[in-house]
Amino acid sequence: MQEHDLSYVRMEMINAQAAPVSEKSWGAWIRKNLFASVTDSTMTLIALAAILYFLPPMLNWLFVSAQYTGTDRTFCATEAQGGIQPNDWAGACWAFVGSKFEQFLVGRYPIAERWRVWVTGLAFFGLMIPMLTPSVPRKGLNAILFFGVFPVFAFIMLYGGIFGLEVVETPLWGGLMVTLVLSFVGIAVSLPFGIVLALGRRSNMPVIKSLCITFIEVVRGVPLVTVLFMASVMLPLFLPQGVTFDKLLRALIGVALFASAYMAEVVRGGLQAIPKGQYEGADSLGLGYWQKMNLIILPQALKLVIPGIVNTFIGMFKDTSLVYIIGMFDLLGIVRLNFSDSTWASAQTPATGLVFAGFIFWIFCFGMSRYSIFMERRLDTGHKR
Amino acid sequence: MKKQILTGVFGAAMLTVAASAASAATLDDVKAKGFVQCGVSTGLAGFSAPNDKGEWSGLDVDLCRAVASAIFDDPNAAKFSPLSAKERFTALQSGEVDMLPRNTTWTISRDTALGLNFRAVNYYDGQGFMINKKNLPDITSALQLSGAAVCVQAGTTTELNLADYFKANNMQYNPVVFEKLEEVNAAYDSGRCDVYTTDQSGLYGIRLTLKNPDDHMVLPEIISKEPLGPAVRQGDDQWFDIVSWTHFAMVAAEELGVTSANVEEMKSSANPDIKRLLGTEEGGKLGENLGLTNDWVVRIIKHVGNYGEAFERNVGSGSNLKISRGLNALWTKGGLQYAPPIR
Amino acid sequence: MASTDISGDRGSASASWFYDPKVRGIVYQVLVFAGLVALVWWITSNTIENLHRANIASGYDFLNSRAGFDIGQTPVDYTSDSTYGRAFIIGMINTVIVAFAGVLTATIVGFLVGLGRLSHNWLIRKICMVYVEIFRNIPPLLVIFFWYFGVLSVLPQPRDSVDLPLGAFLNNRGIFLPRAVWGEGAGLIAIAILVAIVAIFLVRRWAWQRQMATGQPFPVLWTSVGLLIGLPLLAFIVTGFPLTWDIPELGRFNLRGGLQVKPEFLSLYLALSFYTAAFIAEIVRAGILGVAKGQTEASYALGLRPGQTSRLVIVPQAMRIVIPPLTSQYLNLTKNSSLAIAIGYPDLVAVGGTVLNQTGQAIEVVVIWMVVYLGLSLGTSLFMNWFNAKMALVER
Repeated sequence: MQEHDLSYVRMEMINAQAAPVSEKSWGAWIRKNLFASVTDSTMTLIALAAILYFLPPMLNWLFVSAQYTGTDRTFCATEAQGGIQPNDWAGACWAFVGSKFEQFLVGRYPIAERWRVWVTGLAFFGLMIPMLTPSVPRKGLNAILFFGVFPVFAFIMLYGGIFGLEVVETPLWGGLMVTLVLSFVGIAVSLPFGIVLALGRRSNMPVIKSLCITFIEVVRGVPLVTVLFMASVMLPLFLPQGVTFDKLLRALIGVALFASAYMAEVVRGGLQAIPKGQYEGADSLGLGYWQKMNLIILPQALKLVIPGIVNTFIGMFKDTSLVYIIGMFDLLGIVRLNFSDSTWASAQTPATGLVFAGFIFWIFCFGMSRYSIFMERRLDTGHKR
Repeated sequence: MKKQILTGVFGAAMLTVAASAASAATLDDVKAKGFVQCGVSTGLAGFSAPNDKGEWSGLDVDLCRAVASAIFDDPNAAKFSPLSAKERFTALQSGEVDMLPRNTTWTISRDTALGLNFRAVNYYDGQGFMINKKNLPDITSALQLSGAAVCVQAGTTTELNLADYFKANNMQYNPVVFEKLEEVNAAYDSGRCDVYTTDQSGLYGIRLTLKNPDDHMVLPEIISKEPLGPAVRQGDDQWFDIVSWTHFAMVAAEELGVTSANVEEMKSSANPDIKRLLGTEEGGKLGENLGLTNDWVVRIIKHVGNYGEAFERNVGSGSNLKISRGLNALWTKGGLQYAPPIR
Repeated sequence: MASTDISGDRGSASASWFYDPKVRGIVYQVLVFAGLVALVWWITSNTIENLHRANIASGYDFLNSRAGFDIGQTPVDYTSDSTYGRAFIIGMINTVIVAFAGVLTATIVGFLVGLGRLSHNWLIRKICMVYVEIFRNIPPLLVIFFWYFGVLSVLPQPRDSVDLPLGAFLNNRGIFLPRAVWGEGAGLIAIAILVAIVAIFLVRRWAWQRQMATGQPFPVLWTSVGLLIGLPLLAFIVTGFPLTWDIPELGRFNLRGGLQVKPEFLSLYLALSFYTAAFIAEIVRAGILGVAKGQTEASYALGLRPGQTSRLVIVPQAMRIVIPPLTSQYLNLTKNSSLAIAIGYPDLVAVGGTVLNQTGQAIEVVVIWMVVYLGLSLGTSLFMNWFNAKMALVER
């Protein structure tokens, strides 16, 4: 090969130049993201028009025109409806939410005993927040407290009957409290049951397998409403005379059974995603069935399906609102019940109450879904291909 | 299948929470647990409605308290389970409640096919219609209602009577049906329907809870017979007798002029009817034959009052409803309330 | 290594039968089965005793007796003289109507929103994201209530109805549309539509074969649209415009005539559609993102335009990812339609609830519910499985 004088080859890097103004400025961003083409520009303009059309009246209704204080419906009714507002007024009636706030939280729980709910609530969040924060140590102890001690504590506090606490019957329970009780129990019961059902469905034993498949498919094939009706109307017929269940307990059974079936399918997805080599590896180490599952398979499988599990939780949290249909008053039910309270009934009350309930549900569900994304990233040990 | 296993396991674990062993002898069970469990409506002014503190009151509630007084000498030895129209019968059949004083209409099919027993009628009612007279000023009769949207609660005799009435009069209507009373109220109040139909006593009570009670009018027509009374399970005659005769005793007390104010003086009355009623008769065992004490009526009247007092306090002149006695006056005053002789 | 003495026979012969997994499995199964039989027997005997004591006659004979109540929305003939069985059929049809309408709308809205989330346009992307995040995280029952109590029940009374274009009205009793009244010869139009559909089918086949043989494309879409509109229009003109409109007008209580779409149906339909659309949007987004980027690049390299790329390359592949979860969303929507009972739309559960109440036949009614919903679920799954198989990659 000949030697060449490669003097035109640059020997040192040239400094990167600043991007041209036309690419960097706000204008460029807007052009790229909003007005890239004719179609794009048209869509942007339509969207802007829609926002301008809907958003200001919405904000106006929610905040500007809203009535924040008041003692009864006259504050939220127009003059024609017998209130104090001008006739063209329309705004949220936050005064209604304010005056019913405690009721939305605990239902008709006796006022003198409400401190018990507050204490339980504090304990709940006090245990849950460290549980969910990865950097806090002593997770094992925390879990025992949260899933072992707390339910007993909460039952004693909320229901009473011992330690001189007055019994508060479950028909008096209501509001967010019932929503949380139902979802906590639902979550705590459905995860283990779901795992058992999923293992059963993949079992080699035909009887167990077909039982699990029947249960899962039947429950998944019918609406929760019918399961709840079954729990509330048919359960009494299945039991010997005189043995009765508390209504709340029946709803709990219904919700937990329903969630278990969905959880089973999520877990099954995880089990199927584990390569066969893992099962065989565990077998070749001489592990028994439960050792194999507990030590090798489930830890991997459950990690894979965290998003699915959390989605099931979210679904269940939302589904607790259905107990309204069998005559219990969870958060949505109690809000709904108060529409017919003649002290507050006005044209604006229902929308306000529903927006409030929707906001609370949204906070919980959105929080759960964000947390699941966070955990997914943290637990990701980089096996993704 | 698996579900049932779970149900069993789960149930067994928490059964202690709510288990109560009822059997054929309801009275013994009631005595053992120390209170009467009554199934009532979820809130119907004048019959059974809780106040803000959760204390129940109303005509049906008073009957339950009267039974509790007769057994325990304590009107507060009664607990109330609010039941929807759908739940009420299963709740009674399964033993969840001991009696059902829940403005339930006595019909032959309920008395036979549903396994219930009725005898006493604590309110003679009839189905009526309510309209908004501000919106519909020219309507004065139910016969003008053809084409209207009618709000009605699902699964009640009301719903059946409504269908029959409009059919019999060759009128069209548009049923707007809801599960729960509150939902029907809200729908009517928001103008979803033109007409509200239920038992007339109920209409008066519901009218009070509307936004502008004065805008609404109950039409004069009564389209059905609705004898409302306490129901109990079939197969326990003693308990059936206690519940029925508690009501009859209250009616008899009114007939004989025994009130909660004068019941103590009346004990020394020489009138043989009163003596038999109050159990002061020599060697009388009327109360014991029921499985109660001989002063059972004294207890009822002392704590709850006679039928007239209960009526006026809950639905009559002493209440917001201001319903006149009408059919519910004593038979001696042209009404239907008639107690068989207590002797 | 001397391994000859480890023979399988010896190992199992010396171990107790108790440790044989096969024997154990059988023992477990027998135990579970026995427990189950005992439980079923216990429940059945309790139920029989309870029913006997309550004097409830079990069985399905009640389906033949007179119902006696009226139903708000009756797609087929029904009066209070009809039987309970017919009432159930009405409820079932109402469930199917709302589920079908909801599935259609949810699919359209869901696809639009899902595509919008992947748009290059920042504003559209954000709007779609907000929509999805709001609707995914609130209960469907709340959405239903919101439409029913928050929106539709605050509309004006019938006498102050809002006039919509084309003779339609809006008030708190629902939307009133003019109803088409077909006259003499309308059957011909229906036949024309059928003919058009058959013709489209034939044209498509012919065009496909021609393209396979010669490579010449044929404008199938426009031909189809032309056929579908042209033929019925022709029939319409030939038969002399046999169509009049029944326009709603104000009666004593309400608007009379026309086609009334009731607020119960509207709330349920809108709520189910918007709620499910949020989930479908996420499925569609995941499906499109699931198609490897190389596919797009390859199709650009082949000279396909962006529109063709998405139509011919991306969407068919994305559909394979989308269909299975889409099926379960359709099933969810169908099952969620049972929330109708909360606002009094006479679906299967609401009608069944009334029947249950009138007859006391709790077990029979719940069994009917379960069978019908299981049947609907099974039907939808079968159809979607068939569709899935049709769309699946055909490997040579």
